[in-house]
Amino acid sequence: MENRGITFGYGFLSQESSFDVQFSLIEYDGSHSYFRAYLVGLLNTILVSVIGIIFATIIGVVVGIARLSSNYLIERTAAIYVEFFRNIPLLLQIFFWYFAALRALPLPEKAEPMFGVFFLTIKGFFVPAFVWNNLDIFIYSVIAAIISIVFVRLYAKKKQENRGIQTPVLSISIGLLIILPLLSFLLGGVSASIEIPVIEQLSQTSFTYKGGLKLPPELISLALALSLYTATFIAECVRAGVQGVSKGQKEAAASIGLTPNQVLKLVVMPQALRIIIPPTTNQYLNLTKNSSLAAAIAYPDLVLVFAGTALMQTGRAIEIVSITMLTYLTLSITISIFMNWYNKKIAIKEK
Amino acid sequence: MNKLNFLSPDKNNLYKYLYLGISLFFISILIVFLNSFFSLDLTSYLPGTLSYFLPLIIGFIGLHLIRIEYSGIKFLDIVNKNINTNSFNALLSLLIIFAVIKSIPPLLSWFIIDANFVGDSKDACSGSGACWAYIKTWFNRFMYGMYPNAEQWRINLSFIALAFLGGVGFFASEKFKKYLTLYYVVVYPVIAFLFIFFFISGGPIFFDFSYGIIAAVISIVIGFFIPSKFKMYYFLIVPITIYILLKYVFFYEELIELGKIQAFEWVETGAWGGLSLTFIVSFFCLIFCFPVGLFLSLGRRSDLPIIKYISIGFIEFWRGVPLITVLFMSSVMFPMFLPEDMFIDKLVRVIIAISLFEAAYVAEVIRGGLQALPRGQYDAAKSLGMGYWKMHIFVILPQALKLVIPGIANTFLALVKDTPLIFVVGLLEIVGMLNLAKTNPEWLGFAMEGYVFASIVFFIICYAMSKYSYNLEQKYKTER
Repeated sequence: MENRGITFGYGFLSQESSFDVQFSLIEYDGSHSYFRAYLVGLLNTILVSVIGIIFATIIGVVVGIARLSSNYLIERTAAIYVEFFRNIPLLLQIFFWYFAALRALPLPEKAEPMFGVFFLTIKGFFVPAFVWNNLDIFIYSVIAAIISIVFVRLYAKKKQENRGIQTPVLSISIGLLIILPLLSFLLGGVSASIEIPVIEQLSQTSFTYKGGLKLPPELISLALALSLYTATFIAECVRAGVQGVSKGQKEAAASIGLTPNQVLKLVVMPQALRIIIPPTTNQYLNLTKNSSLAAAIAYPDLVLVFAGTALMQTGRAIEIVSITMLTYLTLSITISIFMNWYNKKIAIKEK
Repeated sequence: MNKLNFLSPDKNNLYKYLYLGISLFFISILIVFLNSFFSLDLTSYLPGTLSYFLPLIIGFIGLHLIRIEYSGIKFLDIVNKNINTNSFNALLSLLIIFAVIKSIPPLLSWFIIDANFVGDSKDACSGSGACWAYIKTWFNRFMYGMYPNAEQWRINLSFIALAFLGGVGFFASEKFKKYLTLYYVVVYPVIAFLFIFFFISGGPIFFDFSYGIIAAVISIVIGFFIPSKFKMYYFLIVPITIYILLKYVFFYEELIELGKIQAFEWVETGAWGGLSLTFIVSFFCLIFCFPVGLFLSLGRRSDLPIIKYISIGFIEFWRGVPLITVLFMSSVMFPMFLPEDMFIDKLVRVIIAISLFEAAYVAEVIRGGLQALPRGQYDAAKSLGMGYWKMHIFVILPQALKLVIPGIANTFLALVKDTPLIFVVGLLEIVGMLNLAKTNPEWLGFAMEGYVFASIVFFIICYAMSKYSYNLEQKYKTER
């Protein structure tokens, strides 16, 4: 390394980055430091991973249950979906959505609004945004609601163990989640107004929307491909989990007089989850790591912003690649520690 | 005569319900069918929303009327049991049937009816359908990358020969079956490498590796005459000695001359590409990642703390980082650690990087199999006086590997699906070539056709692999 004239050090992180990023969750422009650019990339990675995980879970659970349906058509449809999407490389799917499917969308000036306020155009998805006053008070109220729900649950569990009395935890939780934020509106001076995107002419032929929130096509296609691809694996996990609960368990539960809903909630799901969670965790990890494919379609994630642009500008390959890898390692280990903790919590407690 | 109760059809008036229900059901399908295939709107006189939902409502009532349990008609019972168990299922079934009918005409017209199959320029594609002429024109590029057209027979020849040699296992007689493992693990990869080096790459006839092969062949031939007592020491020492002798004593002068002779024109790896590169990368990564993963999994369960923690660290590191950063590392970071005059081809670097990456996953899969074996198997093997290696080779691994065939197959599938990522280092396999073709100014606007084509290719490869692994799993399934 020395004889190639390369020095080693992390001092460059505080230098001015002088490159711009298209899409950023925090304020950023060329005058900020490389460290800030790193944060921008990291937040974008986390954003697309979280969106992907949420949608992949929803689609995966629905498809997984559909594969267990007694309806032949539903079962086949789900099976075809799974076989098709899991056998095509993720990168190809991302390219397909980005370069082929989303390019077929209309130009901003020709876009038909969906429900009057959503605009799906070739330049991105424009949605109405909330304009908040005193947003922090609202967030505190939501956090307070969540904490109180945790306490209510603990109390209800204790009550049931000691005296055998059930408390309607679900309705209390929903009530808390609605009432506390509502109080913040009434008493805390929080207010929100909705800003609808309005079309604006930039030049003779170029149009865009102003106001509202813009989801760039890179984000949409990446999130779409990631969730559709990972959902197939989650669906298989769900199917294996539910099938793994023996039929006798359901029959036994039904025979002691539990309703079908109770059978599902109290007997089948707790056992199925035990089988489902470890492989699903792996899928979440895979999704997070796969989000790095963003670099291929220029979604400014960690790999593109930091291991791409910043590396090209500074030429500090070793530092930047090692930081990037360490970041992913930390993300993976964090998710897996959390999931291991959860897994341990629901595992069979054998004597 | 019994009264008809439309809310709960029963067996008494079976045929009345049946005729009514079936005709309603077919009317609903007919409406959608005509609408979709001939764009005839039979319900246009109705107000908008109602006209839209009318087929659904009619079909729903029809299915409701034919939902009669134990009707005694075999076909009806099958239909009811499979698509018509309750109202919700009936609704979903109808929606799926309608969706299929609705999507057939646009798909059919895009794929076949309006598509263009002939022509060799963009002008040939005027229809609204797909432009398969684009795929036809670029087919060679998608298959062989930038490989010179005149030399492409070399790739074909190598692949056909390798496929044939790979199929040897199916024709082997019982007598040779026991050598098959050795053949597939050692001999076949070496032959494959030679084919790719001489034919596809067009490498010089004589290079370091050739000495190694000559040395190996000579020592194996001599090895037959060595008493088995000394065989192990013999094979440890002699091949290396012969290799050194060959390289530095016998052939030293001729080396320079022989090393220059090339049978074929040299094609550098940067020009390789397309589907053939996908195959080459997947093939070598598959071959390398399996033994590495096997040793890692054994290492992770080892009693020796150093080996154990090194294996754990290695596995967790590779599993924690995305492949794309590993490839970044191999392309920008790794060369900095090499001595100045040393150069490793980027294809080789990529293959090593992917193999190590996938090896960590293979290791975890195999560890699952090892853990699933009951302790008794280990104890039984040890009580027979087997050592560590004997125990693993003859007792543990055959059982453990059999258990994890699906897992290993999944990892291999993931590997094949990961190969497009090599675009990071500038190697363009089929997906990379598509992106290149897409930006060609003479062929703008055919991204869809390209991706559909590549999707079909990958789907066939991966689906065949998963079906094969399923067959393998069934074949080796034993009752425990």
